Amino acid sequence: MLAFIIRRIGQALVVLLAVGFVSFSMFKFMGDPLENLLGQEATMSDRAELAERLGLNDPIVVQYTRYLTRVLDGNLGISYRAGLPVGKIILERLPATLELAFLSGVLAIGVGITFGIYTAIHRDGIITNAIMTISLIGVSLPTFLIGVFLIWAFAVNLDWLPAFGRGPTGNFLGMELAIVTWGGFKSMILPAVTLGLYQMTLIMRLVRSEMQEVLRADFIRFARARGLSERAINFRHALKNTLVPVITVTGLQLGSIIAFAIITETVFQWPGVGLLFINAISFVDIPVMSAYLLLVGTIFVFINLIVDLLYFGIDPRLGPTGGEGRHRA
Amino acid sequence: MTDTNKKGASARPVFDDDAPASAWTRWRDTEIWHSYSRSPVIVTASVVFVMLVLGALLAPLISPYTPFDPGSLNLMNGFTKPLSANEFTSDFFLLGADDQGRDIFSTILLGLRISLFVGISAVLFAMTLGVVLGLVSGYVGGWLDAVIMRIADIQMTFPSIMIAMLLYGIGKGLTPPDLRDEMAIWVLIFSIGLSEWVQFARTVRGATMVERKKEYVQACDLIGLSRWRIMFKHILPNVTGTVLVIATISLALAIIAEATLSFLGVGAPKTEPSLGTLINVGRQFILSGEWWILLFPSLTLLALALSVNLFGDWLRDALNPKLR
Amino acid sequence: MRKKIVAAAAAGILSVSMAGAASAETLRWARAGDSLTFDPHAQNEVPTHTLAHQMYEPLLLRDMAGKIIPALATDWYATDNGNVWEFKLRKGVKFHGGEDFTADDAVFSLKRAMMPTSDMKELLSSVKEVRKVDDHTLHIETKGPNPLMPNNLTNLFIMDSEWAVENRCAAPQDIANGGDNPCARTTNGTGPFKLVSRVQDQKTVLKRNDAYWGIGIFPMQVTELIYTPIQESATRVSAFLSGEVDFIQDLPVQDLARIAKTDGLDVITAAENRTIFFGLNVGDADLTTDTVQGKNPFADVRVRQAMNMALNREAIKKIVMRNQSLLTGVVMPPFVNGWTKELDAYPAWDIRKAKALMSDAGYGDGFGITLDCPNDRYINDEAVCLAAVGMFAQIGIKVTLDAKPKAQHFPLIKTQKTDFYLLGWGVPTFDSGYIFNFLVHTTTDKMGSWNNTRYTNPELDKKIVGLASETNLTKRNKAIAEIWNTVQGETLYLPIHNQILNWGVTSKIDFQVQPEDIPHIKFLVFK
Repeated sequence: MLAFIIRRIGQALVVLLAVGFVSFSMFKFMGDPLENLLGQEATMSDRAELAERLGLNDPIVVQYTRYLTRVLDGNLGISYRAGLPVGKIILERLPATLELAFLSGVLAIGVGITFGIYTAIHRDGIITNAIMTISLIGVSLPTFLIGVFLIWAFAVNLDWLPAFGRGPTGNFLGMELAIVTWGGFKSMILPAVTLGLYQMTLIMRLVRSEMQEVLRADFIRFARARGLSERAINFRHALKNTLVPVITVTGLQLGSIIAFAIITETVFQWPGVGLLFINAISFVDIPVMSAYLLLVGTIFVFINLIVDLLYFGIDPRLGPTGGEGRHRA
Repeated sequence: MTDTNKKGASARPVFDDDAPASAWTRWRDTEIWHSYSRSPVIVTASVVFVMLVLGALLAPLISPYTPFDPGSLNLMNGFTKPLSANEFTSDFFLLGADDQGRDIFSTILLGLRISLFVGISAVLFAMTLGVVLGLVSGYVGGWLDAVIMRIADIQMTFPSIMIAMLLYGIGKGLTPPDLRDEMAIWVLIFSIGLSEWVQFARTVRGATMVERKKEYVQACDLIGLSRWRIMFKHILPNVTGTVLVIATISLALAIIAEATLSFLGVGAPKTEPSLGTLINVGRQFILSGEWWILLFPSLTLLALALSVNLFGDWLRDALNPKLR
Repeated sequence: MRKKIVAAAAAGILSVSMAGAASAETLRWARAGDSLTFDPHAQNEVPTHTLAHQMYEPLLLRDMAGKIIPALATDWYATDNGNVWEFKLRKGVKFHGGEDFTADDAVFSLKRAMMPTSDMKELLSSVKEVRKVDDHTLHIETKGPNPLMPNNLTNLFIMDSEWAVENRCAAPQDIANGGDNPCARTTNGTGPFKLVSRVQDQKTVLKRNDAYWGIGIFPMQVTELIYTPIQESATRVSAFLSGEVDFIQDLPVQDLARIAKTDGLDVITAAENRTIFFGLNVGDADLTTDTVQGKNPFADVRVRQAMNMALNREAIKKIVMRNQSLLTGVVMPPFVNGWTKELDAYPAWDIRKAKALMSDAGYGDGFGITLDCPNDRYINDEAVCLAAVGMFAQIGIKVTLDAKPKAQHFPLIKTQKTDFYLLGWGVPTFDSGYIFNFLVHTTTDKMGSWNNTRYTNPELDKKIVGLASETNLTKRNKAIAEIWNTVQGETLYLPIHNQILNWGVTSKIDFQVQPEDIPHIKFLVFK
């Protein structure tokens, strides 16, 4: 058991290291930060001097080692763009992304499971077909287009919800959150729906297919034979057996919600880490970009690790292969 | 569509030795065909898909204008309304013209061609890579398996969009500027494809591990068949159905990924726009009244992705013996 | 008794009108980009300066019409010694923290702006020394006579010297080296607004400085100012249409009509001090991005003239810019000293003549070339390039368009890695000399840093250098005209248009567009 956990954590560390190197070295190709730093009046010698000072002329490996050493010291560097420590900026921005991811996750799980159960129990009804088809429309359009459409419909034409931004924030457990104020919550609705739609569809379909499988299983037939009510069968027996894979997928999806927030945050000007990343790309702000990738990488690796360990906890036979049987819908 | 169905069916060894005519009769008796013909939604979806593919294939013949030839454009045609003639040039536009004076109808057809080409090629690439790595990983096992699966882990760490952006950036940096437009499409295919292979690899690996323990494989092993032969001739056919389902869903994902990349500014070149690039251009005009630049390409993309998704959905249920 | 009532009534009226003046007028303001830092000398960039102008003040200010007016200096003139400018400083001015403004603060701030980590130092490169004469008199001594010294001061902000030293920001924030200092986040200026709170890229809140010296001089009607950057243009316009902001900049041209039609919203317009043009590598013997082997087609002036004629500027203006541009034939906005109607004229669109020129030059079959274009810097920049691709195709030039964010586009120009590019040039000094220094002079260590044409003409360089110390304005203007004649004769650049700025305001706001795109909210009036 302990050996397994240690090996898994070791592997996670190797993955993280690779993640860091990949992100760092790749971004070297994406542009030149000097131009933005120098402004339009700078001369050639200014440029050369600055490149030297920033160490941009060193080999990539040297630059990466320098970066890693600093990261291990807890120093993520200073943003070229904002001139502030990257760690501080990310910590400032993270609550916005987390609360958005949280709300869209709740939305995706709540609506997804409800609709999943409904469509599994009522196969081929009109409502089921409508839900299935509409949810497919949701995954057949790019996220940005859905976001733009929602703004157009609910902010501009109907004037019900704010078109952008985070609204007022309130202090909750030491964090500044928008979700605890009414105005902030209102401004979260459109981005949360945009972000959660895809995951909602995934969860709904997963619940539906798992539940359909379980409902055909022998023990359900026995239950039915025993004369248990449909309600008891559906909820006490079938749903319970559906939940394990659903929890796994949901856990993995939480990571991708944070990652896909890039697009939603750009469309809605939501001041989270995704928007920070996009701004960093167009400004070629390498410290911010690598810190962001490291952050997303860490979150994913962490979630992976927990899911693996959970699997091990649920069914020790799966341990040594590291939970390969898990779904990824 | 029938084409794809046949492919799906050939996964079942039953049909292998049959003459075409009797294959057709027997095919009509299969449960898959029944399930297909009984669902109006899925029949409609396949008709729509076939029409879109035909439209894309025949685009050079059908399209009234040549929007990909910049020399043939007249900027003064810009923003002509649908079903009307331009006031300066008297050119007629069925679905209107965009901000550069390109005919939307022709551009959609040609853009659809690019989107489909990128999507299908990316999926083929991802499928080949994923299936081979999955087979090897699952069958050979050991350290090779560990390495491949750890690479898959790293890959899963980054969301596909981010991988595609990174690869696109590098690919662009490495190609000489005069080849960039031609290369852009290939870089796009490569980057979307590379971000999708893990799904295939994981599924095939899982299935392979199950198959490997079965008696027929061990029998093959005993009679001394080569590993590759066993993997491709005997194990692969048994995972074709699953792979096909993933491929269909990946196709829809790839088409949408291309559009999303255009939104982030790394899509097909603006002089030869794909559907995604067109939508991204049209997005600027959502508030200004030129609705046709956004609406028609969006509807086309929706029709394409929706028909593929519906088909994939149906295929998954149809091929799942537990649901029959 | 009667008297009392009158007095009470009068007091009532008075208090009502006082309440009117002091009533909270909040202005919610959005544009595409945020200020990068509050350190006033760390970044030479328009959105950064825009916010700084609300809290800090320079010695001289360009008002909403672009005219230089007194700010912290009340009077200024060149002394008998041609190298020394004298500035009389405003008396009785206090910083937000309560400190008195004196010549020490001005000396400190200007010296700070000349430090190596300052991004404003090039504007003061001609300065030899800054001296305090008395508490309210300042001398700036230049290395040679510099007739345009005051023009360089309009974005150089004055901070309180003691406060800056106490807060460990005696030197500007070293952005390039990842430096940080408290002045990047807090401010202590003399300006009309004080900082209340700020979250970068999200929201900055300012409130009126009730001790401002300009109360009674400027309208100063806004009591609270909420600034939110919104990058996505559709989202920005949506926010304005749905009444979430009162004032927006960076209005996309396609949405002007809708906003103008919307009840309660207005579009205000003015010409911007910025020309958009194509640059060509005319100097190199061969190009790397073209399809011609062994020679440079752009080196032939006939090719350049043909391209200039192939540009259908009217169509670009009508369709791409929706009439929101002023067509031009010279890389110089009309505000600039040296501008004439003759220079501004552009060649008529003539494909036949252009084709003839191409075949004269031996390129009748055309050639291929890559055009580098920014996609997030100028108004519809990528669409302009795309339109030009079609126009050049008509004379056989097959252009491959490579559009990218400004952070990746500008380095190509600065490192001379592009042969054909789109650029926009604004002239903060409102003088031709600034254009020549950057765009025409041969690229050297100190000059021509944005001249990517590789054009070199020693005789012209000498004239350009001579401008800096020519105090006789008639002679100087004559030299400027001569330089322009050479530049235009060579068709060194292919100018397209001068941009027009559009701002959106709610109908209750009375405001004017500032040609540098820097609104000074103290001038804003509520109707």
